[in-house]
Amino acid sequence: MSANEVIVIIEHDRGTIASGSLEALTAARALGVDVVAAVCGGTDSLAAACAGCGASVVVDLVHPLLADYNPQAWGEAVAQLVTERAPAAVVACGTERGNETLAHAAASLDLPMVANVLRLDGSGGASWALTRVQWGGSLLEDVTLNAPVKLVSISHHAVEMQPLAVAEQRVTFVPVLEDALASGIVRDRVVRESGVTLTTAPVVVGGGRGVGSPEGFAPLEELASLLGGVVGCSRAVTNNGWRNHTDQVGQTGTRIAPDIYFACGISGAIQHWVGAMASKKILAINTDKDANMVTRADYAVIGDLHQVIPAISEEIRRRRNA
Amino acid sequence: MSSLRIAVCVKRVPAPGSRINVTADEQSVDAANLGFTTSPHEECAVEAAVQLAEAHGGSATVITLGPPEAEEQLRYAASVGIGSAVLVSAADGLNWDPQRTAAALAAAIESVEARDGSFDVILFGNESADAGGFQVGIRVARALGRPVVNGAKGIDVGDASVTIRRAIDAGFEVYELPRPCVIGVKEGINLPRYPTMKGRLASKKVAVDVIEGLGEPGGQARVRLHRPAEKASSTIVLGHGPEAASAVVDLLAELGVLAL
Repeated sequence: MSANEVIVIIEHDRGTIASGSLEALTAARALGVDVVAAVCGGTDSLAAACAGCGASVVVDLVHPLLADYNPQAWGEAVAQLVTERAPAAVVACGTERGNETLAHAAASLDLPMVANVLRLDGSGGASWALTRVQWGGSLLEDVTLNAPVKLVSISHHAVEMQPLAVAEQRVTFVPVLEDALASGIVRDRVVRESGVTLTTAPVVVGGGRGVGSPEGFAPLEELASLLGGVVGCSRAVTNNGWRNHTDQVGQTGTRIAPDIYFACGISGAIQHWVGAMASKKILAINTDKDANMVTRADYAVIGDLHQVIPAISEEIRRRRNA
Repeated sequence: MSSLRIAVCVKRVPAPGSRINVTADEQSVDAANLGFTTSPHEECAVEAAVQLAEAHGGSATVITLGPPEAEEQLRYAASVGIGSAVLVSAADGLNWDPQRTAAALAAAIESVEARDGSFDVILFGNESADAGGFQVGIRVARALGRPVVNGAKGIDVGDASVTIRRAIDAGFEVYELPRPCVIGVKEGINLPRYPTMKGRLASKKVAVDVIEGLGEPGGQARVRLHRPAEKASSTIVLGHGPEAASAVVDLLAELGVLAL
């Protein structure tokens, strides 16, 4: 077995490398072995992006069934590359596609896979000690991983991308894929109109059970619109049918990272907290000064959101007109 | 074509409040003061199974791997319209790794299918709320030799194929898998119904088929669970009631999010 390299699965959106893959390349360098980027549907600019983040070998996986995203075919192609090159490890980013592709490779190779670890180190050995994320980040699990090839995904945003320019060797690998794998390819894409979304908004105004009704969100909409932000909500709100699930902030909804998050009438169950905790600042507005959201927030206003939020909007308008 | 046969796999997980505590032996979540529930994505998978069975005149079976107490989650699924239930018993503890879990589920599904006929669609949650291994559904699909797609926010079953809609950042993408297939469902695909009194009563009569969980331990083993270090929080109270508005807007200006 050649334990002198680590294969990193590269994700891209039709030619643009995913930020998570740059994090995975950065994390993989900590193993202290050669970093090999595995790219399905590769281009010159993707190869250059990998080499700019420490990949000294870029392998283009070439096959008609890999032309667009195809989870099982991508995973099977990676598995065959593993058999060919016998690396010490395979690393992906713990995104939807990264975990999915790695799980397919793990199933093909009949190897364990550890999802969403926080970091890798160079201690190596037959058994690795890893710390991974449970409950969306509310809990950590220390595990051991025993396998001839270690398959690991790195929790998204756990590692900061660090550029490292290296000279890359570019090679091609042609996997043998069954025709039946054609069924797994993306058939069609529908792109919504662009605009500020929960993941990109600088300001998110979130409402919880305390908002009380679908109509109760009108003042939150007004404040969000005054600040160029968007409205979010807790799971209690979507479960009550007050807002669409696309507005849900949380472990099973969207993870947000705005400059400021207004958490209005939200008690702060862990399901919601893990989706909001990456916000730069959190301002809780709640009648209960002991609510979990209040005690964990950076700032708080103790009071009824139905009075406080219109007053904030009014004050913004007053200053803008002054 | 005969009526649609659907299976949905669920996991019993603690229903935590605002904080998760770990037991003294650091091996599990301290659930002494907690209730249990079904992982959120799987609640939606159960609802999707019921809706598919209703729309196509088919039948749905709920399957869980867990301790005897996981019967509670099977009965809950039955109370919202699932017709039959299978408990794959994990009698020797809760810390089943993903490979072992998948092997036991695949073996149990094969034995149910050998007796009752093949499932056209097998649903999983995209990932469990607790362990979040992101692999059991895929491993089961591969063990059964069936195609699988995760992240489903829409499922449309046709005579020979199943169309699946999956959310991406900029919109959604569409997959079309041949039947039979496996699908990982995400919350938001539907709004799960609540059980009716009639449903609750009916669920008590559903027979729970118990199958022994079989599978060798895999290569991932738990050492311990622990809570991440929390930054010491000292919340700054900006004020009480509407009078706090001025202090809030001062803060917005300070953070640079107030374009005047």
